Amino acid sequence: MKQKMFTKVILTVVFWAVGLSMLMPLIWMISTACKVEADVFNFPIQWVPRRWNLINNLKEVWGGDYNFGLYYLNSIKVTIFATFFQVFVSAMGAYGFSKVKFPGRDKIFLVYLATMMIPPQVTIVSQFIIMRNIGLYNTHMGLIMMLAFSVYGVFLLRQAMMAIPESLSESAKIDGAGHMTVFFSIILPMVKPSLATLATLKFVWTWNDYQAPLVFLNNRDLYTIQLGMKQFASESGSYYSLIMTAAVSAILPLVIVFLFCQRFVVDGIATGAVKG
Amino acid sequence: MGKKSKKRTQKEFLVGIGFILPSLCGFIVFTFIPVLISLFLSFTKWNFMEGWSAIKFTGLTNYIRLFTDEWFLNSYKNNILFTAITVPILIALGMVMASVLNKYIWGGSIVRTMIFIPYIASVVAVCAVWMVLLQPNYGPVNQFLRMIGIKNPPGWLADFKWSLPSIMIIYIWQQVGYYSIVFLAGLKGVPEDVYEAARVDGASSIRQFFSITIPLISPTTFFLTIMGIIGSFKVFDQISVLTQGGPGSSSSVMAYYVYRTAFDYYEMGYANTLAWALFVLVFVVTLIQWKLQDRFAVE
Repeated sequence: MKQKMFTKVILTVVFWAVGLSMLMPLIWMISTACKVEADVFNFPIQWVPRRWNLINNLKEVWGGDYNFGLYYLNSIKVTIFATFFQVFVSAMGAYGFSKVKFPGRDKIFLVYLATMMIPPQVTIVSQFIIMRNIGLYNTHMGLIMMLAFSVYGVFLLRQAMMAIPESLSESAKIDGAGHMTVFFSIILPMVKPSLATLATLKFVWTWNDYQAPLVFLNNRDLYTIQLGMKQFASESGSYYSLIMTAAVSAILPLVIVFLFCQRFVVDGIATGAVKG
Repeated sequence: MGKKSKKRTQKEFLVGIGFILPSLCGFIVFTFIPVLISLFLSFTKWNFMEGWSAIKFTGLTNYIRLFTDEWFLNSYKNNILFTAITVPILIALGMVMASVLNKYIWGGSIVRTMIFIPYIASVVAVCAVWMVLLQPNYGPVNQFLRMIGIKNPPGWLADFKWSLPSIMIIYIWQQVGYYSIVFLAGLKGVPEDVYEAARVDGASSIRQFFSITIPLISPTTFFLTIMGIIGSFKVFDQISVLTQGGPGSSSSVMAYYVYRTAFDYYEMGYANTLAWALFVLVFVVTLIQWKLQDRFAVE
């Protein structure tokens, strides 16, 4: 028993150390964001800045040529709309594929599934060409529409809906309910956990997405926070304290949101995985 | 009766199509048609900037070019290396972390949060941080290495040998939290009385890990392996932000090379050929998975 206690103490110390050291790059980032440029590479590392300069750094990043406020608004807009549409469109598709019987249904779904195997690099160039030609290149609308469709979403929600017994929707239909009613008042409430999972995953992915905005947006005023961050990093060269301030601006809000609704996010990811 | 049921089938058909229509439109416009266009373009030479009329059908020329294209060969090799190294390491680390966090320490849920935060953080911002940390001359990492007596620490991202491993390290650092969380969820499904019985029989914790935990969470392991392989083929952000494939082509991967060919050099034809070469790799891996599925995904 004593030996067991000893092991637990050792493991606790070791794994807390592992956890903390994994956070070290981010702690360094925050600390550097508060420093004056000349102190950035002082060694041994000064975790608590000797000269505080956070306010000036923030002013420089948020107030200069880079409109981080605007990038934030753009990111919020794209992420919220893309997430909402994705969940709604996927839920409708999933209902059609699981609860309405019509000829050709399973064949169409099979084509859906087959394309899951195709890596996104195959389609990205053609998507770009299509977007240019239908006038949606360089618009938030185009980006949102593109991000709103995913086979994965339909697949995830269809799995959840298949698990709901047929008798439930049948009995509602005998009572005279149409498909719309069954969809909105019976099926959707029952797959709420899966909807939440999809919404959470989609939110984090879209917020952190870099490649799609990079390919489909060109105008600086439309940039999302990730693009703005990249632009800032490559153009401010060696002003490392400023780059860290920008990185803090890009990372911290989402991490804080995460800390508050952590259980929700973690459960979402875990269920998505176990069911997926 | 017959007429009525026919009418009903027809109505069901319309309703069904109505429900899937939004998703179907997106699917057709953003997946199905692009796949066809891409397949066609992969047999052509086309500089996007010169307009439609510049599309020239060149048969298999692009595909033959692959075999002598050093960037392609390096990117392809790097993709395979990246997957073969990061996925097993992530699986092993995730499994060990999850098992320990699950019950062997105090404050496990706080440690779980700590290792998960990098996964939530944006790749672009995180890469900007690592770029400074790994700065060869005065970056904190190399200063530390010099302090503990390593005279010539690697040049990390600027070094031919170390550029790809550096990106792998950053990737593992960012992903390991996700793997741990999913393994933790898998462990919840393992009944406690199995461990209880093992303890009564005097099995050590390490023995329990190998004889109970590993076999019983194999469905989770299988799932994570598949997702991990797919995810690792898609690595793009890190390369694009940190090295642009360099130095030389030492850290390029397919996703990045396709992007570079299409959007830096506007070679739309060859870019699609590259993408289909990546598809072949994914396809082979998928076939292997199907073969293995029956053996591992037992529930």
